[in-house]
Amino acid sequence: MTETSEPVTGARALMTALEGEGVREVFGLPGGANLPMYDEFTRCNIRHILVRHEQSAAHMADGYGRVSRRPGVCFATSGPGATNLLTGIATAQADSAPVVAVTGQVPVHFIGKDAFQESDIMGMANPVVKYAFQPRTPEEVPISVQKAFYIAATGRPGPVLVDIPKDVQSAHAKMRTVDSVSMRGYHPWTDPDIQNVERAIETLIRADKPIILAGGGTIISSAFAELQAVAEMLSIPVVTTFKGKGAFPENHPLSLGPIGMHGHAEANKIITEADCVLAVGTRFSDRSVGTFEDFESRRTIIHIDVDPAEIGKNQTTRVAVVGDVRASLRVMLRLLEARKVGPDEGGEWVRHAREMREYWQENLKIHPGELGAAKILRKLRQLLPPESVVTTEVGQHQMWASLFFDVISPGTFFSSTGLGTMGWGFPAAIGAKVARPGVPVVDIAGDGSFNMTENSLATSVLEDIPVIVFLVNNYSLGMVAQWQRTFYNRRMVGVDQGRCPDYVKLAESYGAQGIRAQSMDELDAAIRAGLKSDVATVIDIPIDPEEDVLPFVQPGTPLSKMILPS
Amino acid sequence: MMWAIFSILVENKPGILFEVTHMFRSRNFNIDSIAVGVTENPGLSRMTITTYGDERQLSQIGKQLDKMIDTVEVRRLDEHKTVYRELAIFKIKISNAEESMEVNKLINAYGAKAHDTRKDSIMAELTSTPDQIRAFEELAGRFGILETARTGMAALQRSGA
Ligand SMILES: Cc1ncc(C[n+]2csc(CCOP(=O)(O)OP(=O)(O)O)c2C)c(N)n1
Ligand SMILES: [Mg+2]
Repeated sequence: MTETSEPVTGARALMTALEGEGVREVFGLPGGANLPMYDEFTRCNIRHILVRHEQSAAHMADGYGRVSRRPGVCFATSGPGATNLLTGIATAQADSAPVVAVTGQVPVHFIGKDAFQESDIMGMANPVVKYAFQPRTPEEVPISVQKAFYIAATGRPGPVLVDIPKDVQSAHAKMRTVDSVSMRGYHPWTDPDIQNVERAIETLIRADKPIILAGGGTIISSAFAELQAVAEMLSIPVVTTFKGKGAFPENHPLSLGPIGMHGHAEANKIITEADCVLAVGTRFSDRSVGTFEDFESRRTIIHIDVDPAEIGKNQTTRVAVVGDVRASLRVMLRLLEARKVGPDEGGEWVRHAREMREYWQENLKIHPGELGAAKILRKLRQLLPPESVVTTEVGQHQMWASLFFDVISPGTFFSSTGLGTMGWGFPAAIGAKVARPGVPVVDIAGDGSFNMTENSLATSVLEDIPVIVFLVNNYSLGMVAQWQRTFYNRRMVGVDQGRCPDYVKLAESYGAQGIRAQSMDELDAAIRAGLKSDVATVIDIPIDPEEDVLPFVQPGTPLSKMILPS
Repeated sequence: MMWAIFSILVENKPGILFEVTHMFRSRNFNIDSIAVGVTENPGLSRMTITTYGDERQLSQIGKQLDKMIDTVEVRRLDEHKTVYRELAIFKIKISNAEESMEVNKLINAYGAKAHDTRKDSIMAELTSTPDQIRAFEELAGRFGILETARTGMAALQRSGA
């Protein structure tokens, strides 16, 4: 425990504690109830990045957090500032992203009096945060911050709210911090039980048709090398969930890509045939497995997850290992090495998986148009350096990215997969660029989603955080349109976006670069221009508004019942 | 469907009841009864929650409770190794002297206490297991129950159990 000799204000204590956690940037927007905190930016080494809407601040912090694996920080004022954060906080919670959100609150004696810009953000945020603090004295501020970072980043990460009443920000106290945080009700570190890992190995080795299903937890724990070593040592084909996309290099011969509603045909086919699944860091979402009953009845499931509550939640498992994915896979590797399991060439099953992969890579029918989704995304892949970070928005373009944009360098692809928040990708890309300024960052966007947070162009331009918006533009809420075409006999309602706005002019009005690409050659040039540009670039790519995302597994049906392009 | 008692030690702090009950609501679990009180350690409260569900749901309830940062200890109690009691107060209607006698007999038979005895009603206070309370309620129902208040269950595991 350390204590300052002089009393400091709660606001100063907050900023000092943030510096202590290594925070260098904060995404936010000020207001009456957080003015004391804002005043402190003039006296500390933390950079403030001004947003145009608090939702974007939360998404930026989220993008920063996912890429750097350290909590991203966002600030908002009380009332509407705080409620504007909520969608972003809920998005981070759904995808287990480390975020610390700091809100101003009305002074303590006004709480409960329906004061101006008072909102019960503690109550509202409770269901969508990992934890929430409301320090009621300046002494409580630094320890709340320390605990917030500890909780946000450890175990299964998530967003933490720190709601600080204005009088607490202004009041003085000696600042006390602890050397290491512990909380009696929170024990995020569980060492994998060796016996369970042994049983997992036994079960895997005995299976005829084993497969690895890598989820988002693999990316969160950076278990890329371990995952690849296990797969190669046992020669097991690898599929991923959509959130786990890129946990395993998608150009690896054992990779078959994401399963699920818009999974790769080869991935959905191979997992349907598999008799044993080693599932690592996944919560078996309905989007990934189709139906819970069908998925668990077909095969033996081995489940590794850091969150004990995920074991048995959606799937009955034969063997469960509770522990960090990376730590657990390391134990598995050690045990495999002790057994002298060598790199395996693989038998009939692996050959079959490879043939399956090759067959579908050559024979999946793609849209014939000049700017078909597969073509433009493969072009982007071809021109982007492998270490580039890619985010997406939500809709058809997102699923095309999953189908046609191969992630080569693990842990470089991020999307709002759990909540499916339109508008996430662009601010998240800005946050990602702040975390990793040395690599190109691209948001694969849809027009509808981009509209929701496009004013982040101001932040990108003025704060000098250049990213590329790869706008797959069907002037339509395309995914909804696809469902209306498919399930509602083409009765189209509320999906046509008109020809509005002109995205080139929009970009230019913010001082960004806007380029329209109407052919493959123009697209090639536009991507190159974007990669060279030192301001944000919006590449407007008008596509056929009738193009569907296929394959498609309809909700509530098993993965085997996949609709393929005809 | 099975019945289960969860005994949970939680941080004694504002909003804790909301946090715990909200988890039940948001995950589609049921709360049958809930009793909360501070423990011998003023920093901790004990919540006793009775619930029902199939084995998968009950196991999930335990894990989701455990996952909450403000829960310090979560135990699913074995009812055979547990002392559990609920307090109920019934206001029972009385139409004549004969009924008054019968109600008093019932109260004695169940080890309940009589309060606020009037010409047309009597209050019965009963501390017992939910089964016994249900049985009493059924018998008292013949006379007419005017009002009821129940506390929810308090439970502690027997030593060595
Ligand atoms: C905030 C929000 N509102 C509504 C939806 C429902 N929704 C899912 S996809 C979609 C269409 C997205 O349109 P666009 O970004 O243009 O992508 P496209 O499908 O056209 O590629 C909508 C409205 C959502 N996911 N998020
Ligand atoms: Mg669109």
